[in-house]
Amino acid sequence: MRLFGLDVLRFAWGALVGYPSRALLMLLAMSIGVASVVMLTALGEGARSYVRGEFASLGTNLLTVIPGRSETGGFSPSTLMGETPRDLTLADAQALTRSYSVHRVAPLNVGSAEVSRKGRVRDTVILGATHDMLALRRWQIMQGKFLPKIRWNRAMPVAVIGNKVREELFGTEPALGQWLRIGDRRFRVIGIMGSEGRSIGVDVEETVYIPVASAQQLFNTSSLFRILVEARSRNSLPAVEQYIIKTLQTRHQGVKDVTVITQDAVLLTFDKIIGALTYSVGGIAAISLMVAGILIMNVMLVAVSQRTAEIGLLKALGADHRQILSMFVGEALLLSSLGAGAGLIIGELGSLALRQAFPVLPAHAPLWATAAAMGVALGTGALFSLLPARRAAALDPVTALSRR
Amino acid sequence: MPVIQLQQIHRDFQVGDQIVHALDDINLQIDAGDYLSIMGPSGSGKSTLLNLIGLLDRATSGHYILNGQDVTALSDTEQAITRNKTIGFVFQSFHLVPRLSAAANVELPLMLAGMSVEERRSKVAQALEALHLSDRAEHKPDQLSGGQRQRVAIARATVTEPAVLLADEPTGNLDRKSGLDVMAILETLNDRGITLIVVTHDAALGQRARRQLHMLDGRIHREEQEG
Ligand SMILES: Nc1ncnc2c1ncn2[C@@H]1O[C@H](COP(=O)(O)OP(=O)(O)OP(=O)(O)O)[C@@H](O)[C@H]1O
Ligand SMILES: [Mg+2]
Repeated sequence: MRLFGLDVLRFAWGALVGYPSRALLMLLAMSIGVASVVMLTALGEGARSYVRGEFASLGTNLLTVIPGRSETGGFSPSTLMGETPRDLTLADAQALTRSYSVHRVAPLNVGSAEVSRKGRVRDTVILGATHDMLALRRWQIMQGKFLPKIRWNRAMPVAVIGNKVREELFGTEPALGQWLRIGDRRFRVIGIMGSEGRSIGVDVEETVYIPVASAQQLFNTSSLFRILVEARSRNSLPAVEQYIIKTLQTRHQGVKDVTVITQDAVLLTFDKIIGALTYSVGGIAAISLMVAGILIMNVMLVAVSQRTAEIGLLKALGADHRQILSMFVGEALLLSSLGAGAGLIIGELGSLALRQAFPVLPAHAPLWATAAAMGVALGTGALFSLLPARRAAALDPVTALSRR
Repeated sequence: MPVIQLQQIHRDFQVGDQIVHALDDINLQIDAGDYLSIMGPSGSGKSTLLNLIGLLDRATSGHYILNGQDVTALSDTEQAITRNKTIGFVFQSFHLVPRLSAAANVELPLMLAGMSVEERRSKVAQALEALHLSDRAEHKPDQLSGGQRQRVAIARATVTEPAVLLADEPTGNLDRKSGLDVMAILETLNDRGITLIVVTHDAALGQRARRQLHMLDGRIHREEQEG
C-alpha cells in the first residue's frame, strides 16, 4: 500500500472542508437517517418498558379466566373478544375460591349504559364488580368507600363513580350519598375513584362500578365477562391455573371451555407486537439511510466531475487506480461516519427530550439499533461511493487534465 | 546511455469513423541531461508526444524504453509508480489543487509515494526553498501570482528528484517576464542534470534548447542541434 490511511483521511478532510455545502448536505442526510433510527427505536423501547411497567402494576400473580377455549391455550385477540361457547357464571367464580392457593377472586361484568342525574346524561362504561376488586387491581379510592362486602349474587343499588363521571354529573356539588340513574334503575353514590388507579384496559376515572349482581340485572344476563383470580404467590401460578381449568371442567360437564391467561402470556404478546413495531419503524428509518446513501452517490458523482482536473493531476503525479479509489471511498466513509456520529448525538438528545417530555416512556435506544444504524450508515457510504470512486479511478488522465 | 528511446511510435485516435494519426512513426533518443524543445503548429502532436513520454498515454504501436526498461507493456500501477519516481510534469495551467496550500500541493507526489511525514516535510521545505517560495508555503494558489503558481508547480514536479521534467507550454499563461523567470528556473534544473523537455509555441523560447524538434502532422519534421 503506497498511500497511508491517515493521508487518505487528511486528504478527504481537506476535500470536505474545501466544498462545505456539499459536505453539509451529505452530513445532514446521514445524520437525519441515523437520528431517526435511534429516536424511533428509543420510542419503541420506551413503549415496551411502559407496557411492562403497567403490567407490573397490575399485579403479577394475576390470572384471567375468559369463556371459550383458544386453540393455542395462549393469548390471542379472539380470546380477548371472548366468543362464548358456555358462559361463566357467578357460581363458577364462587367455586374458584375454594383453594388455599387462591388469594382473591373477582368476577367481572362489563357493559355500557346511560348514566343520568338531574337531566345530565352520559354514556358510561359500567363495571359489575365485587369488594375485592379494589385490592386485587391495586386501585385506590379517592372519596367514600368501594363496593361493600356482600354476597356476590346479591344486587344492591350502590355505585362507585369515576372522578370524571362525577365532574360531569355533579359539577361542584357533593356527590357522595346522592342518587343517580343507570339505565332505568336508581343507585346511590358511595365512593369516588380518583386517577391514582389508572390501569390498563380500564380508565378508572371514566367508569361507574356497581355490584356484579346489579350489573347482571341491568344487562339482563347471568353470565360474566371474565373472572380475575389472584394467586397467593407467583410460584403457585401454574398450580392455580391447573386448579381453575380442572374445577371449571368439572362444573362444565367435562368440557374444557375456558381459557386462562397469565399476565406473562399477555405481556409476551404485547412485547412481540411492540417489538415488531420497533423493528418495522426502525427499518423504515433505515430506508432513509439508504436514501442518504443514494444522495451521497449523486453528490460524489458531481464531485468527481467537478474535480476531474484534480484527479488527472493526481494520476500525473503517480497515483494509481487503487489510490484514487481509496481517496474517494475514504472521503465518503469519513463523511458518513461524521454524519452517523452527528446523527447519534442528535438521536440521543432527541431521546433525552422524549424522556423529559414523556417521563412514562423511558425512551432509550437499544444498543443493537444504534450499532445497526451506524453500520448501515458506513455501509451505504462505502457502497454508494464505490461507483463514483470507480469512475474517478477510470478517468483517462490526459482527457482529465485537458478539461478545465 | 539514452534516458528515453522511442521506436516506431504510433498513436492513433479514432474520431468518428476516421483515424487521426496524432503520432506517426516517431523515432527519438534523448540522452540524460538533454534539453529539448518541441515546436510545431497546433494539432501537430506535441502534447500527445509529451503525454506518451510522461506515461500518461500509451502508444498504439511501437516501443518506449525509459531508463533502459521497456515501459510499453507495464501495468497501470507499475506505470504510476514509474511516473511518480522518474517524471515531473509542469503544465500550462499550473494544475494546483485550489484548496491545498503551496506546501501541501508540493507534498502530493511524496504522499502518493508513501513517504513518511517527517521525510516529506523536509523535502517540501527544501523544494520550496530552492524556488524561493519558503514565505509562501502556507498560501493557497489563489493568493499567489501566476509566476509564483508555476514555481509551486515546478517545486512539486521536482520534489521527487525525477530524471525527466516535462513542461507543456509552461509559460503559456504567464506574462513575458514571469515566463522568462520560469524558463530560467527550468534551465537551471537542467544544468544540474535533469532531462528537460519543453513544448512551446514561442520560437524564441524554443531556440534556447540544445535540441529543437519541429513537428508536423504527427511526425518529427525537422531537428536542429545547437552548437
Ligand atoms: N483524445 C483525443 N481524441 C481524439 N483526437 C485527439 C485526442 N487528443 C489529441 N487528438 C488529436 O491528435 C492531434 C494532436 O493533438 P495534440 O494535442 O498533440 O496537438 P498539439 O501539437 O499539442 O496542439 P496544440 O499546440 O494546439 O496544443 C490533433 O489532431 C488532435 O485533434
Ligand atoms: Mg498541446
